[in-house]
Amino acid sequence: MIEGFTALYIFMLAAFTGYEVISRVPVILHTPLMSGSNFVHGIVLVGAMVALGHADTTLERVIGFFGVMLSAGNAVGGYVVTERMLEMFKSSKGRDKR
Amino acid sequence: MDTVIEICYFLAAMLFILGLKRMSSPLTARAGILWAGSGMLVATLITFFWPGMENYLLMTVAIAIGGVAAWWSGRKVAMTNMPQMIALYNGMGGGGAGAIAAVELLKGDFHSDAFLTLALLGALIGSVSFSGSIIAFAKLQGLMKRPLRFAFQHHINLVIFALALAAGGLIIKTGDTAGIGLLIFFALALAFGVLKTLPIGGADMPVVISLYNALTGLAVGVEGFVLDNAAMIIAGTVVGAAGTLLTQLMARAMNRSIGHVLFGSFGEEHGEEQETVEGSLKPIDVTDAGIMMAYAERVIIVPGYGMAVAQAQHKIKELMHVLLDRGIDVKFAIHPVAGRMPGHMNVLLAEADVPYDRLYDLDEINAQFPQTDVVLVIGANDVVNPMARSNPESPIYGMPILNVDQARNVIIIKRGQGKGFSGVENALFYADNARMLYGDGQGMTGELIQAIKQL
Repeated sequence: MIEGFTALYIFMLAAFTGYEVISRVPVILHTPLMSGSNFVHGIVLVGAMVALGHADTTLERVIGFFGVMLSAGNAVGGYVVTERMLEMFKSSKGRDKR
Repeated sequence: MDTVIEICYFLAAMLFILGLKRMSSPLTARAGILWAGSGMLVATLITFFWPGMENYLLMTVAIAIGGVAAWWSGRKVAMTNMPQMIALYNGMGGGGAGAIAAVELLKGDFHSDAFLTLALLGALIGSVSFSGSIIAFAKLQGLMKRPLRFAFQHHINLVIFALALAAGGLIIKTGDTAGIGLLIFFALALAFGVLKTLPIGGADMPVVISLYNALTGLAVGVEGFVLDNAAMIIAGTVVGAAGTLLTQLMARAMNRSIGHVLFGSFGEEHGEEQETVEGSLKPIDVTDAGIMMAYAERVIIVPGYGMAVAQAQHKIKELMHVLLDRGIDVKFAIHPVAGRMPGHMNVLLAEADVPYDRLYDLDEINAQFPQTDVVLVIGANDVVNPMARSNPESPIYGMPILNVDQARNVIIIKRGQGKGFSGVENALFYADNARMLYGDGQGMTGELIQAIKQL
C-alpha cells in the first residue's frame, strides 16, 4: 500500500516529470500531444477492470461495466486519433528529406 | 504473479513517460505513440491476471464494445473534427475514473479517511471532466450553437460546487459511502460540469478541452492511489501536470488567464450594442485576386477554422505550389489558437503535405507583414482582427493577433458577411487595403489557382 509521504513524493515527482517532458514542445505538436496525453490517461482502463473484477452486487457490476467500456473508449480512441495525426507528420517529413 | 504485475506496470509507466517525451519532437513523435501504445497493451493484458477477479465475461464484452466503437469512430472521423473527438474520448476517461470511484465507494471498505477523501476527490474531478467534455463535444460538433448564459450563472455554479463539496464532506463524516448522499454527490458533480461548460464560447474551447484533459489525468492519478495502482498514479499525474502546462501555454497565447476563460464572459454583451466600424466591405473577383497574387513577391497565407470546415487544405497546398513555381515567396502564418485547438492548422497543413518549415508562428511572422505584398486570409477571423489592438471596448481586446492589416494588400476568402466565432465585428474587413472574396474556401481557392495558371 502506497501511503502517506511516499504517496506525496510519487505525486510530486510524477508532476514534475509531466511538466518537464513537454516544456519544450513546438506549437506544431500541441494538438497531437494533447491527444497523446489524452491517450495516456486511458490507463484508467486497468483501474476500471480491477473495479469491475471485484464488483459483487448488480449495481456495482453495471457501474463497473460502464466504467470499463468508457475507459476502453478513451484508450483505443485516443490511440487511433493520435496515430492518425502523427502519421501525417511522417509523410511531411519524408518529403522534406527528398 | 503480483511481482509480475508490478513489473509490467512499472514498464508501462516508463513507456508512457518516454513516449510523451518522444511525442514532443516532430522527428520522434510517431515512435512516441507506439511506445506509449505498447505500454498500454502490456498494462491492460497483465491486468487480466490481477488476483481474485471475477466478471471476466462482462469485462471482455465491455472492452470490446468500448474499444470497437472508439476504434471505428476514431478511424472514420474527418481530420477537421479531431478536436471534438479528443474532447469525447477525454470525457470517457473522466467517466471511467468516476465509475471506479463509484464502485469503490459502494463497496465502502477504505483503510482510512484519507483514502475515502481521495476516492471522493477523484469522483468529483472525473465526473466534472466527464459531463464538461461531453458538452464541449456537443458544442464543437454543432449540436449546441450558442453559449447558454443566464443571470447569476457563476454564483449558481459556485453554490452547486459548494453543495457537492458539502455532500462529499457529509459522506466522510457519516461514513455512509453507499447511501443517497453518494447519489446526490455524483448528481451535483455532473451538473457542475455541464453548467460550467455551457456559458463558454467556442473561441475558448481549446483551453477548456485541454483543461479537462488535465483534470481527467488528475482524477486517474487520484483513483490510482485509491486502488494502489502505480501505473495509474504515475500516468495520471504526468498527464495532469503536462495538461496543466499545455493549458497555460494556450491561455497565454490568447492573452487570457484560465480564470478568465472559466469565469469571464467572452462575447457576452454584444448582442445589444454593436461596435460601429468605419469603411465598407469591398468585394473582389477571382481574376483580380489572381492577378494580385501572381504579381506579388511575397505572399503570406493565414488559415483559420474556415479552412478546416471547407476542407480546403489540399487546395491551399496546390495554390502554394503554383505561387512557388512563379518564384513567389510563400509563407504560412499560424496563430496559436487558429482553429479549435492549438496546432490545429499545423495538423491540417501537414495532412496536405505543406512542409512545416513554411509555417511560422505569431512572433516570427508579425514583423514581416509590412513587407508583404499580399496576405490571403482563408477562414480566419478573430485572430486577424485589429480591434484586439485598437479598441479597448472590444471583448477580444488584448489578445495577440496576426498584424495582417499592415500588409500592402489583404484578400479575405469568406463564405458570407457573418461574424467570427466570438461574434465580434472585424475591422480588418473594412480596411482600405482589404478585399473580400466571397465563396466557399475550397471552391474559391480552386478558382484562384485556375486564374493564376491562366496568366
